Amino acid sequence: MLRPRIIPCLLVKNKGLVKTVNFDHPKYVGDPINAVRIFNEKQTDELMVLEIDASAEKREPDYKMIEHWASECRMPLSYGGGIKNIDQALRIFSLGVEKVALSSAAIENPKLISEIATQVGSQSVVVVLDVKKKLFGGYEVHTYNGKKYTGKNPVDLAKQFEDLGAGEIVINSIDHDGVMKGYDLALIEKVRKAITLPLTVLGGAGSLKDIGELIKKFGVIGAAAGSLFVFKGVYKAVLINYPNPEEKDILIRNNQQA
Amino acid sequence: MIAIIDYGMGNIRAFANVYKKLDIPITIARNETDLADATKIILPGVGAFDHAMGKLNQSGMRSKLEELVIEKKTPVIGICVGMQMLAKSSDEGQLPGLGWIDATVKKFDITKIHSSTRLPHMGWNDVTPLQPLNHLFDGLETEAKFYFLHSYYFACNQLADDIAEADYGGPFSCAVNHQNIFGVQFHPEKSHQYGVKLLENFSKL
Repeated sequence: MLRPRIIPCLLVKNKGLVKTVNFDHPKYVGDPINAVRIFNEKQTDELMVLEIDASAEKREPDYKMIEHWASECRMPLSYGGGIKNIDQALRIFSLGVEKVALSSAAIENPKLISEIATQVGSQSVVVVLDVKKKLFGGYEVHTYNGKKYTGKNPVDLAKQFEDLGAGEIVINSIDHDGVMKGYDLALIEKVRKAITLPLTVLGGAGSLKDIGELIKKFGVIGAAAGSLFVFKGVYKAVLINYPNPEEKDILIRNNQQA
Repeated sequence: MIAIIDYGMGNIRAFANVYKKLDIPITIARNETDLADATKIILPGVGAFDHAMGKLNQSGMRSKLEELVIEKKTPVIGICVGMQMLAKSSDEGQLPGLGWIDATVKKFDITKIHSSTRLPHMGWNDVTPLQPLNHLFDGLETEAKFYFLHSYYFACNQLADDIAEADYGGPFSCAVNHQNIFGVQFHPEKSHQYGVKLLENFSKL
């Protein structure tokens, strides 16, 4: 049986691990390599690392850092941040990353998705859509850490990117980021209905119960979370954590679709 | 010594790290000379079929690899696209494969996948070793989960070459063996203790 994936998402800024709330107020939570090692020990399904200052600062991905993460990482790794062209993407694959995640580059230059997919295969091309509720209803995709409004609708973009050869769509809710009160299920449902690609959702998970609800509703899905796996308790003490294999099995079994 | 083929595709360092932890010596092969002491070969792969085949053809290692694998019967294992390259051809590309195993690579039939997610087949899936058990799966008989990331599968023409199956819209061969040639569709280098066990088993063959 193919299982839903439970994925810690690590945000990196100035080479340190941070966690944001609504894409703002980055709080330093530790050393990324240390976190990768702990997630190895916890037999994590998959890891997503997003370098949040790369595109915003208009700089190249930090290849040295990526190589270090990839070689430590004993689970599949997707990397996002600062990728603007195919050469950068290929270089990142050669460092041992399984999937590259595009965001602003995919929206500004959708052809890049096909270009990369032709060489590395669709299965390794991820597009991350940062989504925010519009003031008067509906959703809009933002880029550059939420600062830039694209005027585009996430459902339309997800469909377009599926057709162009993306292999996975990540829906990242800006409104739910760091809030830890559950995923935006209405948004996820809209995108889920529109595409058949693997879908991973990020933003809002505050407990394993939230992940359970997601699995119950959507079956095979990628349940990603930041705060949940780096904080513990109401005062948000920094503690890298992840369900152990038994807890994970129970969580999946109890929420399996009939 | 186990030689990991570095032709610019696939996670060389991840394999190296697994073997380092197991205290098993490896070498990373980037040219023919590096293959001189190879007693086992790992052919990794991430990427599209033609791109990976093209890279291997340009690596300058292909004829030495064929000498080792075909003439000297050195054990080799292809991983993911590295496995698919062992076949004669692939639906994904135009270039011929290595043709070391009598098989072709086909795209999954999406009409058989009854889930909101179709392709790629992405994530952790159960792997069932077939009987008689191949030594590659020693210790993995009762429970084995591996990470998959692919849209094409390896279709053996000789049923006996199939040594393990997984289910995605029906059973498919996720591990194969023909004489000294092995292949796995999943990523053992990224499958925690199950993958470590499988790579350890390969080192002992």
